[in-house]
Amino acid sequence: MQRFSFLSLARNALSHHEGWRRAWRSPPLREAYDVVIVGAGGHGLSTAYHLAKEHGISNVAVIEKGWLGGGNTARNTHTIRANFLRDVSIRFHDVSVKLYEQLSRELNYNILFSQRSMIDLIQSWGKLRDLRRRSLAMALHGPAYDLISVDELRRRIPAMGDLSGVRLPPLAGMAHPQAAMARHDAVAWSYARAADARGVEIHQHTEVTGFLRDARGRITGVETSRGTVRAGQVALATAGNTSHVAAKAGLSLPLVTRNLQAFVSEPVKPIIDVIVNCPDVGLYVMQSDKGELVIGGGTDPIPSYRQGCHVATFEDVVASLVELFPRFKALRMMRQWGGAIEFAYDASPIISKTGVEGLLVSTGWYGGFKSIPVGGLTYAHLIATGTPHPLAEAFGLDRFTGLRFLLEAGTVAQR
Amino acid sequence: MLQISCPWCGTRPEGEFICLGEAVPPRPDPAALSEAEWAAALANRANIRGLHAERWWHVRSCGRILTIWRDTVSHAIVPPPDGTAALEVKP
Repeated sequence: MQRFSFLSLARNALSHHEGWRRAWRSPPLREAYDVVIVGAGGHGLSTAYHLAKEHGISNVAVIEKGWLGGGNTARNTHTIRANFLRDVSIRFHDVSVKLYEQLSRELNYNILFSQRSMIDLIQSWGKLRDLRRRSLAMALHGPAYDLISVDELRRRIPAMGDLSGVRLPPLAGMAHPQAAMARHDAVAWSYARAADARGVEIHQHTEVTGFLRDARGRITGVETSRGTVRAGQVALATAGNTSHVAAKAGLSLPLVTRNLQAFVSEPVKPIIDVIVNCPDVGLYVMQSDKGELVIGGGTDPIPSYRQGCHVATFEDVVASLVELFPRFKALRMMRQWGGAIEFAYDASPIISKTGVEGLLVSTGWYGGFKSIPVGGLTYAHLIATGTPHPLAEAFGLDRFTGLRFLLEAGTVAQR
Repeated sequence: MLQISCPWCGTRPEGEFICLGEAVPPRPDPAALSEAEWAAALANRANIRGLHAERWWHVRSCGRILTIWRDTVSHAIVPPPDGTAALEVKP
């Protein structure tokens, strides 16, 4: 791997930056691998990296129907946080935040990590009780989630308008200082580069069309648009489309896919330096490094793979935005997009073996950008050792049998 | 915004309804199933990418529940391919 450093930048500047090598190879597709990971997004690439790094398994192919990092990794709002309700979720995402803090150094790639806090605006007594409960649950595990006054809210978010006239005046706020943003493409690219350097092969534009099975029904490989590939294990990391791909192996999962949309305004001068989240009205807003306001809300309330704009939700979000930030009325929106995210029946992630031998799933990521490092770490552990990582023991599919649901309130599903 | 045909009220905007999700078969008798089968019946969904049947509750009007066929990629609502009319389902 060609390392980035001040020296290498200076050296390449002398040759007009024409001497940089490709960050990862595009080798020919081989006939067999120890592990095939389906989906070269953040989770798939992070899993491949950890398989090679911690478990010495580098005979791995990551296959991707589109381009690297072009699915939900490119369609989220790059927020990283650990303010969850369940003990296992808090511990899991706390580790993820800590891994993110070190990621640029570990992968020798600047992911533009910016730990700028998330401020929740609380506009109902029910939500205040709910978030206080989350705050107390989090106090047991480390990440901070502190109650702040309305005066402090005004001080931290000066862009807010006069609050006296809003329909639900803010009652208080919650501050989560560990929350951060990072450049989403850089996360995918840095993992791809680091995994490739450890021998992992990445195959883009290679769509899985079916599964190979032996006489006992065990999965022994995949049929792809570029030929048949045999594999010791097949691990799905196909955010949004996991039900669709798993159905080809006859597997049914407790998932529903929905559209989560976001949009960005034209760029303006710095005006918001925290991530503002308003769970009562379904709105969040932050400002990107380019100056654009990144705005989103809740998921569209219907099953959908469209990755588009659901007008009813769009109107809701914009109405909430201009009520709390009247000065943003003058902004023009530049881009809008949607990501197909899948919810498990209990809104917690699934990192698990399945009823089909040789096939594993990592799914249920309600906005899984925040969990890319720890998702890969724990999924790689499961693939390599056959047993769940201690951080992810609760995320098995077996929790549904026996109805041991892990109902999570810290997700975008909660509104 | 989707325009949904309610058999009782005519074509109405989506905002009058709440989507109840994929139309799942009636609940089986849990006593007749294993734990795994019961969990699957309760939680698993086909989650089809394409045409599927789903239930909508006309909560801000007649209050009834109906079934429509909608493509989850294009969001186009089409006549039921099996020829059935939009059914009322008791909540």
